[in-house]
Amino acid sequence: MAAVISDTAQEWVLVGALEDIPPRGARIVRARAGTIAVFRTSDDEVYALLDRCPHKGGPLSEGIVHGCRVACPLHGMYIDLASGKAVAPDEGEVLRFPVRVEDGKVYLGLVAEG
Amino acid sequence: MKKQLVMVGNGMAGMKTIEELLAIAPDQYQITVFGAEPYGNYNRILLSPVLAGEKTIDDIMLNPLEWYAENGITLHAGKEVIEIDRHGRRVIAADGTTAHYDRLLLATGSVPFMLPVPGRDLDGVITFRDIHDVERMLDAAGKYRRAVVIGGGLLGLEAAYGLLRHGMDVTVVHLMDTLLERQLDAPAGALLKASLEARGLKFAMPAQTEAILGSERVEAVRFKDGSEIPVDLVVMAVGIRPNTALAQRAGLYCERGVVVSDTLQTFDPKIYAVGECVQHRGVCYGLVAPLFEQAKVAANQLAGLGFRYYEGSVTSTKLKVTGIDLFSAGDFQGGPGREELLLQDPAGGVYKKLVLKDDKLVGAVLYGATADGSWYFQLLREGTPVKDLRETLLFGQTNLGDAGHGGVNQVANLPDSAQICDCNGVCKGTIVSAITEKGLFTLDEVRAHTKASASCGSCTGLVEQLLAHTLGGDYSKPTVKPMCPCTDHSHDQVREAIRRQHLTSLKAVFEFLEWKNPDGCDKCRPALNYYLIATWPLEAVDDPQARFVNERNHANIQKDGTYSVVPRIWGGVTTPAELRAIAEVAEKYQVPTVKITGGQRIDLLGVKKEDLPAMWADLNDAGFVSGHAYGKSLRTVKTCVGSEWCRFGTQDSTGCGIALEKLTWGSWTPHKFKIAVSGCPRNCAEATIKDFGVVAIESGWELHVGGNGGVKVRATDVLCRVSTQEEVLEYCAAFMQLYREEARYLERTAPWIERVGLSFVKSRVVDDEVGRKALAKRFHESQRVFQKDPWAEHATAERARTFMPLKEVI
Repeated sequence: MAAVISDTAQEWVLVGALEDIPPRGARIVRARAGTIAVFRTSDDEVYALLDRCPHKGGPLSEGIVHGCRVACPLHGMYIDLASGKAVAPDEGEVLRFPVRVEDGKVYLGLVAEG
Repeated sequence: MKKQLVMVGNGMAGMKTIEELLAIAPDQYQITVFGAEPYGNYNRILLSPVLAGEKTIDDIMLNPLEWYAENGITLHAGKEVIEIDRHGRRVIAADGTTAHYDRLLLATGSVPFMLPVPGRDLDGVITFRDIHDVERMLDAAGKYRRAVVIGGGLLGLEAAYGLLRHGMDVTVVHLMDTLLERQLDAPAGALLKASLEARGLKFAMPAQTEAILGSERVEAVRFKDGSEIPVDLVVMAVGIRPNTALAQRAGLYCERGVVVSDTLQTFDPKIYAVGECVQHRGVCYGLVAPLFEQAKVAANQLAGLGFRYYEGSVTSTKLKVTGIDLFSAGDFQGGPGREELLLQDPAGGVYKKLVLKDDKLVGAVLYGATADGSWYFQLLREGTPVKDLRETLLFGQTNLGDAGHGGVNQVANLPDSAQICDCNGVCKGTIVSAITEKGLFTLDEVRAHTKASASCGSCTGLVEQLLAHTLGGDYSKPTVKPMCPCTDHSHDQVREAIRRQHLTSLKAVFEFLEWKNPDGCDKCRPALNYYLIATWPLEAVDDPQARFVNERNHANIQKDGTYSVVPRIWGGVTTPAELRAIAEVAEKYQVPTVKITGGQRIDLLGVKKEDLPAMWADLNDAGFVSGHAYGKSLRTVKTCVGSEWCRFGTQDSTGCGIALEKLTWGSWTPHKFKIAVSGCPRNCAEATIKDFGVVAIESGWELHVGGNGGVKVRATDVLCRVSTQEEVLEYCAAFMQLYREEARYLERTAPWIERVGLSFVKSRVVDDEVGRKALAKRFHESQRVFQKDPWAEHATAERARTFMPLKEVI
């Protein structure tokens, strides 16, 4: 399979194996759009967000992942991994990137969603 | 089909129960609410500020009408339930509306008590209970001049103050010779009276009202001694009575209130009751905090969980009159078997009385300086032994060494622009408006909405004061603080379960204690990981994903996402070769800032994550190990040069410091742990603000514990004196192990010692030789597992790979 699969407006890249990402953790991918954090939850859901907390720019990839959330390591703001939005009452939103897992391999879309 | 839950009474206690129930069992019931008032649920305790013109009705709405619809709740506002058909299990409202129930919740509140005097039915005689009463008072204030408030209790004084603010000439009539006699003793009552008189209130006391005079509208009030005062408005605020009428008609057993058990069930098990209408273990409550505690229990029982029980509440009071600071809690009158500590400063307008029994605080009255109210209340509720604090207890928590906000003790008098939270820059006005507009009741809610007290926590006392002042002491302070929202168990309970049930993994804890979130959260996972490895060092597996970023990456994250690297420099003593090696590493990795730390080491700042493993390998090659400058662990051992060089030195402080650091490095502790060793009593290593401090004396060493130089400056307590360095090491290991086993996660030694008492620490570490040796032995056992250099472990190729990006696609 090619490393880059073309889609209509999306550019998919094979970034690694699912097992390279620790459960309840994240790894980063350096891309033109910036650093992208790829998260893996305890039930092996995978999400990708720009690695910049909307609060003060903290690296979300270093936060503690619990359920479908990550707590920013700098000041503890919660970001919902699926929506990229800060959990109320906090406000803010971070860019989301599409990601999918096939045969234990993680493919990341380099064009942000929404 | 869902079961039907019907609630009668759309007030604060009832709605809090519904909110709690929705949070834990959202789909269990179809809920119907009947309320006699035509509004949503509002914050009744803020009616006084509405009357005083400091808030509006909109400010104090808690659940507007839309909220009910959004949550699928049928609300019958303005419909009073007049009958409960217990056989048919339905309620009937005055307009004929009926509703079937599987469970019924009564929250009918209380009714104001009317004095049985002639003339009480006259126009212009009102009570102070709901929005309608406030509207009538505001209307009267616009038309008339003279008001009499009968009753010198909390409600009466707040009503009087509100009317005064609207320009009325107000006289308070009180039966007793002390204002607020249920909350204050005589001296504090006198101070309050003088202060209110200075604001323009008049008092007739002691005075008994005999009759209210007038033909249609009230014209005068006559007292028992025959004197009269002319008046246009009478507010009756002599007390409240549980509203039991509906329950009594339904044949439910009532005394003063509807009698309920610890599960908040009435004598009909299908019918629950909460709030001011109930009588529990002989007590009826009229403040919000106990009602909220009842709400939590009732929701837990209604949800079928059945593990919470209501065992009664200790209450505290504040008066909601702007600019008057007053606090009381518990049994403040004193009596046989009680001791009183008293501080009186009439010129300064300060009065403090603390009542002790068996070395525990059982009551407090504060007037004029109430900053420590929440601290005293906490000591009182937790039954903390205060023997070791006696000498300074009256002067407050600041005199335990807390210089964080030492200067401020009257938030009531601060302007709205005063900054309360110095970390996040949150002002008083922001906090107060969040409390009222968003309907906040707890410290956690204020933290979530304003960020005040959410960083270093040193302003927590001030924020609690603001909560108390805004809500009138009625704010909810849980008896047992749950560890985090994932559980109802406290730190101590969780730890006990780990110990007793021999739980050795996060998964086992989550399962045994029925954690609400399968992953836990960022608050509980690091705490549990610590408790597991501290309790079962040989069995528990350290989970990196349960570690905060710094401990996971073995470096301190900085504001820009880079890291700082601090090699260990034993006892602060180094060599030219070591300094050269650090210099070379700094140049090789282009470290932008090199800084000497307060702990006598060198900080290399601005390092990229992917450079960390290689840098560590280079530092390892030069003989360095990690300085753990990032961990809840032993940080540094600071020393002065001591007898080796100093003309005043009495012992070899550097040698002792290095031995201590070799003993303790790599140990994980509840919070960071700092040590210092000074070579003589001049104490150049500042050992008396460290967690464990050693000061050399001619005859040996003086050991100090519980110091802190951070947010709350606290000088150490002297533990004991010993003669040899071997003893210093043994006492240090024992003290650290006791702290590791007993303190809560993120609790520094200073607050821990204040909580458990120095006597406890001495009894375990100094007086009990066998126990001390056992503690030290457990410390050594743990060190055999954990005293290893994390840098060396992570510098291996396999681990280093995880510090790199997964992929670069640029």
